[in-house]
Amino acid sequence: MKGSRIVFWLFLAPVLVWLLLLIVLPHMDLLIMSFRGENDYGDPVWTLQNYWNFFREPIYWLTFVRTALYSVITTALTLVIGLPVSFHIAKIARHKLQSTLSLLLLLPFWVSELVRIYGWMILLRESGVLNFFMLKLGIIKTPIEMLYNDATMIMGLVYTSMLFMVVPLISVMESLDDSLIEAAYDLGASRLVIWWDIIIPHCKPGISSGCIVVFMLALGNYLTPNLMGGKNSLWFTEQIYNQFIASFNWSQGSAFGFLLLLLSSLIIWVGLKLSRQKLGEVAS
Amino acid sequence: MKKVIVLASLMLFAFAGVAQAAETLKLLTWKGYAPKALIDKFEKETGIKVEATYSNNEEMIAKLRATRGAGFDLAQPSQDRISSVQAKFKIYQPMDYSKIDADLFIPSMLDAVKKNTLVKGKSHAVPFCWGTSGLVVNSAKAPGASSYKDLLNEKYKGRVTYRLKRPTLIAMGFALGYNPFELYSDPKAYKMMLDKIEKTLIAAKPLVNNYYANGDAALASIRSEEVYVAMTWESIGWKAHADNKAIDYIAPKEGALGWIDTFAIPAKAENVDAAYKWINFILKPENAAYFSSQENVPTASKGANKFIKPEVAANFERSFPQEAIDNIKWYPPVPAKLESMEGKTLDRIKAAN
Repeated sequence: MKGSRIVFWLFLAPVLVWLLLLIVLPHMDLLIMSFRGENDYGDPVWTLQNYWNFFREPIYWLTFVRTALYSVITTALTLVIGLPVSFHIAKIARHKLQSTLSLLLLLPFWVSELVRIYGWMILLRESGVLNFFMLKLGIIKTPIEMLYNDATMIMGLVYTSMLFMVVPLISVMESLDDSLIEAAYDLGASRLVIWWDIIIPHCKPGISSGCIVVFMLALGNYLTPNLMGGKNSLWFTEQIYNQFIASFNWSQGSAFGFLLLLLSSLIIWVGLKLSRQKLGEVAS
Repeated sequence: MKKVIVLASLMLFAFAGVAQAAETLKLLTWKGYAPKALIDKFEKETGIKVEATYSNNEEMIAKLRATRGAGFDLAQPSQDRISSVQAKFKIYQPMDYSKIDADLFIPSMLDAVKKNTLVKGKSHAVPFCWGTSGLVVNSAKAPGASSYKDLLNEKYKGRVTYRLKRPTLIAMGFALGYNPFELYSDPKAYKMMLDKIEKTLIAAKPLVNNYYANGDAALASIRSEEVYVAMTWESIGWKAHADNKAIDYIAPKEGALGWIDTFAIPAKAENVDAAYKWINFILKPENAAYFSSQENVPTASKGANKFIKPEVAANFERSFPQEAIDNIKWYPPVPAKLESMEGKTLDRIKAAN
């Protein structure tokens, strides 16, 4: 008994050290930095100025609102596409096919996100693959620029986060008893009613956890908005990067980082309240 | 079973130790500044391995600031981004010029860099290579474009690209009739100029195809003829010129913006000797010429010209007649305050609809 205790701590220790050194300590450092600033003489002082700047400068909070709004749209779209896909894999597809289909979903994720985004860029650009074929087939006369706008950017975000929605959905759908759906059909329920009254309520925990992951991924994404987004697509993460890298203002950047953490947690809390769920249920 | 795991992890650590044993030079540089052939040659001559990390000015400063100047033995920031950063964050150590073979350098360039990187009476860098930002124009589609103002020209709607970074702001300053470099010392006047530039660039947004993120993206847009007028570096124009003779680099009327990239030694460099060896190695005429021929970037090496490939030399003569060279506007050192002002301006331009 005692021996297994030691082994338990031995195996846990690396995880704890990892958490402490690479996650807790750097965050403490950032938190401290976010309250540092300079007075008029250039001497370092403690200040709330960095947080105040966010609310005072419309450019900063408007960027955040925009980022949050687009992340919500991305999450909703991913859910709408993800539900039928996972239902098909969990319930309709034959057993042998199920694992193949899941594997097909997983396959693109063996390549890094950067490469996938560049792939999309090659497909969609004005002199790209899609335009080439549409021109050859005579569907369009002049090539269309499909890159660098918000719709393309959202498509990219949906594409990169699809897997994280489908996987939790499949796992909750597998636990759904088929006889419930059959009974509903026997009693004359329409497809819409079955989805609304049986499948979606059953899948609620999966939907919530999928939505949280996708929302966080979209909100914290840097690559996709930067590469596929248009001329107006300032994403909040890009602003954090700019503060750190371009303006050398690490204090402001850390403050933005913590604001992102707080505000996104707030949005998720509101979402859970609205759907009357608790974080514990979703996570389990 | 447990023993096996312990043994395996011990072996892993042992291997990591062995891998560290050989002498290495950790170089923080730009893409293309340390060609494979030269790294191999250096290793053969000195037995020192070179580990190159590719970066840009802003990330270089951020990386070194995060470690207070540790982790790298040699960095290559631009000369105008050294003195204010050094004064504030102390991430470099003074250069020991007695360890540098001064005969390898073009004297005027070495003196200019020494002067511009002077902090507390000590200089911190030597020049490596130089170049300019100007216009890359597709003359078949946009004949006669030769001024930064052509980036704002209605005629080229949707066929213009530039980077949303400080060189573009400086170029627009010149295009609007200011001299941004003279305003460096007067933050108020500089702010007024930035506000004017901001309005101009926001109004010009519909003309822009896309704000490119890096040199490769710019080259792809120019090469595919999605873009006719771009503000970028000469090396990109010359690469595109090799495939399509209509595309070429043009030094704009207002003057190309000249930069010098340098060598500076981080404050906590571990292998300082190797750093000096690399500097003296890569500035030898034949090595510098190899780099120039490969990357289309001229160096500060004296006498490299006669080893440069003829087609690269021809590029240079075509794009830079004597009056264009005389008209190059070299970046003076940037005062610290300006960068946060510029950062806000750039954010507002990007976010505007």
